[in-house]
Amino acid sequence: MSFEPRIIAFCCHHCAYGAADLAGVLRLQYPANIRIIRVPCSGRVSEEHILWAFANGADGVCVSGCLEGDCHYQSGNLRAGKRVRILRNRLWDIGLEPERLRMFNISAAMGSAFIGLMQEMTDVIRALGPVAGSGGAR
Amino acid sequence: MILARPRQVSSILAGLGGARRLAVIGCQECVTVCQAGGRKEVSCLAHLLRIAGLKEGLPLMVTEATVARQCDTAYLAPLDPLVEQVEACISLGCGVGVQFIAERYPGVPVIPGVDTVGGGGTTAPGVWEERCAMCGECVLDQTAGICPVTRCAKSLLNGPCGGSSGGMCEVDPDLPCAWEMIYRRMKERKSLDDLRSIRPPKNWVSSRSGGLRRVIREDAMR
Ligand code: SF4
Ligand code: SF4
Repeated sequence: MSFEPRIIAFCCHHCAYGAADLAGVLRLQYPANIRIIRVPCSGRVSEEHILWAFANGADGVCVSGCLEGDCHYQSGNLRAGKRVRILRNRLWDIGLEPERLRMFNISAAMGSAFIGLMQEMTDVIRALGPVAGSGGAR
Repeated sequence: MILARPRQVSSILAGLGGARRLAVIGCQECVTVCQAGGRKEVSCLAHLLRIAGLKEGLPLMVTEATVARQCDTAYLAPLDPLVEQVEACISLGCGVGVQFIAERYPGVPVIPGVDTVGGGGTTAPGVWEERCAMCGECVLDQTAGICPVTRCAKSLLNGPCGGSSGGMCEVDPDLPCAWEMIYRRMKERKSLDDLRSIRPPKNWVSSRSGGLRRVIREDAMR
């Protein structure tokens, strides 16, 4: 049986979740591997949430916020972006591929772009394989 | 406060030596402020260790605990039942905390989870700077409240050296020259004459050369 990754997508209420919603309204399909968690702002997603997801069976995590400059709380998406950057280094340090953690910036009008990103994310993680049993630290 | 920065998780993993039941122990004081060892850092490190175990296919059992102060045995006592259950502890306290835990549990290996940097404070959000090297004999009264031991790259007591240029230190062009700062503050205070007096060599015996230093207050003793 082929490997089906579990991917957690933290989506901010104002933009990324809006894009997912729009994709739904347009009847666009996206991989069933994606589990969306709606958050008020991507800046609400802390390191702990992301790491908890990986420690509890996620094979990939993406944090999706508004386009830069469009955050409804001014800088939440920038903070989320910084956190993701730093966390990717910490994941690399324990031997986990940084590609498993991504930050996306999209607007609520970008329904089909959202689908594209989710498809791409799923393809990348599927190719990487599961986290569990993928080998020891570097 | 004591400044510390997180150690790489890979080096912590390398120090585990086969231990699979672990306690990650944080401290609510200084290391919480400089975001190296508080409750949140404990949780992040515990998760990173769990993920590493998951990857390896050999789960690590990681328990999290954060105490008010690791450098105070009274706060360590509640950890006894937890530490009894584990094969190694990772302390996110400063070097003092690590040693207090190792002293209380001599049979359990304790791995430092942070590198302890020194005495300092917050200078901007996300920035912490050293201010005191804990030399044991303070000269701040003679240097307009700016510590030359810590802030001058050569710890000069009678500066500046010939390398001071444009207010910056020759050792690092981004480092303000401590003695230029001292000069400016003395000038501002109209006490530039203080700069003329030669500060004699410091008594370094009270610094790092005489073994363990102690602070004793008889009136606080039993
Ligand atoms: S002179 Fe010594 S005690 Fe005083 S601030 Fe500098 S390092 Fe600390
Ligand atoms: S340039 Fe200033 S801070 Fe740097 S070593 Fe010389 S006196 Fe010290």
